[in-house]
Amino acid sequence: MLFEFLGSVARGRLCALITALPLTVAVAAAQTHEHKLANGLRVIVKEDHRAPTVVSMVWYKAGSMDEVNGTTGVAHVLEHMMFKGTQTVPAGEFSKLVAAAGGRDNAFTARDATGYHEQLHKSQLPLAFRLEADRMANLALSKAEFAKEIKVVMEERRLRTDDRPQALVYEQLMATALDSHPYRTPTVGWMSDLESMRVEDARAWYKDWYAPNNATVVVVGDVDFKEVFALASKYFGKLKPRVLPERKPQDEPPQRGIRRVTVKAPAELPYLLMGYRAPVLRDVERDWEPYALEMLTGVLDGNDAARLTRSLVREEKIANAVGTDYESTQRGPGMFIVSGVPTTGRTAAELEQALRRELAKVVSDGVSEEELKRVKAQVVAAQVFQRDSMFFQAQQIGSLETAGYSYQAIDTIIRKLQQVTAAQVQEVAKKYLVDDSLTVAVLDPQPLDSRTPAVAPKGLRHDR
Amino acid sequence: MTGKLFRVLCTFIACLVAAPALALLPIQHWQTKSGARVYFVENRDLPMLDVSVDFPAGSAFDTREKSGLASLTLSLLKLGAGGLSEDEIARRMADVGAQLGGHLDNDRAGISLRTLTSADEMKQALDLFARILQRPEFSAAVLEREKTRVIGAIKEADTKPETILDRNFNALVYGNHPYGLRGSGEAATVASLTRDDLVGFYRSHYIAGQAVVAMIGNLDRGEAAALAEQLTADLPRANAPVTIPEVPDLARAETRVIAHPASQSHLLIGAPGIKRGDPDYFPLFVGNYILGGGGFVSRILDEVREKRGLAYSAYSYFVPLKERGPFVIGLQTRRDQAGEALAVVRATLKEFLAKGPTADELRKAKQNLVGSFPLRIDSNRKILEYLGVIGFYQLPLTYLDDFVPNVEKVKLADIRNAFARHVDPERMMTVIVATDEAALGAAGAQ
Repeated sequence: MLFEFLGSVARGRLCALITALPLTVAVAAAQTHEHKLANGLRVIVKEDHRAPTVVSMVWYKAGSMDEVNGTTGVAHVLEHMMFKGTQTVPAGEFSKLVAAAGGRDNAFTARDATGYHEQLHKSQLPLAFRLEADRMANLALSKAEFAKEIKVVMEERRLRTDDRPQALVYEQLMATALDSHPYRTPTVGWMSDLESMRVEDARAWYKDWYAPNNATVVVVGDVDFKEVFALASKYFGKLKPRVLPERKPQDEPPQRGIRRVTVKAPAELPYLLMGYRAPVLRDVERDWEPYALEMLTGVLDGNDAARLTRSLVREEKIANAVGTDYESTQRGPGMFIVSGVPTTGRTAAELEQALRRELAKVVSDGVSEEELKRVKAQVVAAQVFQRDSMFFQAQQIGSLETAGYSYQAIDTIIRKLQQVTAAQVQEVAKKYLVDDSLTVAVLDPQPLDSRTPAVAPKGLRHDR
Repeated sequence: MTGKLFRVLCTFIACLVAAPALALLPIQHWQTKSGARVYFVENRDLPMLDVSVDFPAGSAFDTREKSGLASLTLSLLKLGAGGLSEDEIARRMADVGAQLGGHLDNDRAGISLRTLTSADEMKQALDLFARILQRPEFSAAVLEREKTRVIGAIKEADTKPETILDRNFNALVYGNHPYGLRGSGEAATVASLTRDDLVGFYRSHYIAGQAVVAMIGNLDRGEAAALAEQLTADLPRANAPVTIPEVPDLARAETRVIAHPASQSHLLIGAPGIKRGDPDYFPLFVGNYILGGGGFVSRILDEVREKRGLAYSAYSYFVPLKERGPFVIGLQTRRDQAGEALAVVRATLKEFLAKGPTADELRKAKQNLVGSFPLRIDSNRKILEYLGVIGFYQLPLTYLDDFVPNVEKVKLADIRNAFARHVDPERMMTVIVATDEAALGAAGAQ
């Protein structure tokens, strides 16, 4: 698996979420119930009676991929502003009310969606619904609060991206690999866009996307689904639906040749990302390639016995770490990413050659039944293990739903993953792991030169 | 036990406090023939088992010359054991979908397993787990490779502001005490480690009489007892390792500023805090929720982030260990704002120490900590962690049952007095990595 900065940006320090989950850890959809209110709000409830707690999530189908140039990062800024007060709940009160009820709350912004969640004793679910319904329609978005919060968001960008060389490499990979699709911009936004952002931008975003007909409420826990439907109707039912903006496809033009980009930043070891354009799942019954690509990531990197670690870390000793990442269920274009850190004394170029050799072996010789069976064993086990976490189950339902799939697709997905053959894995490797659709991003480590800031501080204040 | 993870007689949380006689979580405890302490919760909800085995073999048992030994010993356990190569172990584990985990802190080294409880899968996973624990081979070739990897990772980490911050902070707060050693070790000390070092550390620290086995899952008591024997019968037998020395008080305050090109300053302020089992644990725990542990509800985040927009993250916490783990306040802010942020945090701490929390803050803190108690034990994974801590530090078996009453008991004066006893701004260390000298101004010059 790749690293933590992929995909999403969370609001609090304790909750660095990755919203797009690998399908190989899908959990069956049993005991799940669905309901749609007249205003278009969808409610999905999965009963889990193991403990007297509940997780409540509100997902908006509006993420950084719905942004336009000049205001990148606005989805995430609005997420921060959702805690800054409504007409009846003052700024900062949201979290205080949840905390006083024995709950925890947080939020995250991803490329495809923005989500808000509370974990509570089951008796406190009405509080979560009341507060979420309130901020779905009545957000204050004051200029003064915005002025403070935009500074916090810039600190977040500095912390998670600007001062993290590997995060910068990922940012550059996406910006280089894609031409037109907004997946090419970072979810947190470009710094210049954050610096020039106005409260009006956040207001426009809120008005465009925060409507019941663009939201899905997901509840997992010790609840009765009928009672949850009634509660949802009570709190969210009165909200008015709105006409949503048209979503432009912004499809990528085909890539016509390999692309390379280098990032120079203070570090000791190089870092390499190789991104191949790849398809994503659109028709869960008919498509087969995305399932085969999922299994390919499993064979390469899905467990301690998988190929890349075994051959490049343990046998050849050319890599300190290797990984793969592929998300088959998402709204935008897919990318099959292979990553690695070379060992001391080896170069990124050498590691690239070694990774290419491993990929070429799959193309020429395929994968063994034994390897495939091993990956399928992980799929089976994960279905049980992940039921230990209500939060995970809610997250999986919400991310599938907002990416345009039904939660019911989970069962189909698990079945289809089990049916993937070795020949199919070889075929997708042959078709998609080709140079013409490859982008290579490399970290070129620079010595720590402590005299010059990596980013020149703007608006230096010497006020003390 | 069937059905729920734990029983709650009343739906309203406050009732928990009124019904102390009923154990929330029936923890079964016994010792194996070899002397290992076992903590078991039977739970039939899911066809799976979580088990961990912990030893007093954390980084505090390293020496300065061989720093990194504890960590490397732990990570080599699964890389060849009981006649199986690292690849064979990895393959057999993956074939049954089982997951291995490891944990190292100052006090503890632990290894954990999550497996399905279907017969064939469980048998294979536990067989491997038993070999890893009791018959690790510490292959010299694997050791050389892992040393290279670890040294590379250490050098990489040493370029990062957060690592530089931690290293300097630990050195200032702990001096020569082993809590000042970092788990990974240093590039030079790791380079010097030999196979004999690892074997010796394993034989003297992974000993049966000190092992703590924690288990939760789809087993009955008899099966759990047999499993605990299987995992511990062949562990090394030896006397308990040398205990960790007491942590001395700091004699003074000091501020250290370290240059770095990052766009943000990283700050830590702190000093030795408390031990596990300290009678002030709950007043400090509740008080720190108000000071800097409660996220958006806490004073530090409110002053630094909510009121001034100075940082994304700002917090305080205690790490209670066998000896006194640190009390820490930390944040990151744009490098020219370091002085301002530091002044805000220091003023916030000073005010809190002088006056303590308000009655309203204490009431709300209790509401949260009592009300959120069910969230602390709503999954097998979370319960396993508690079992490990209760076992390792020999906390009362009623620790979880007592948690809510212990929080409820805390009074305003308890918090003020406990903080006065344990937190002294005149004897705290401050480290700032990456800032502009001018931005520090008077605040940095303490």
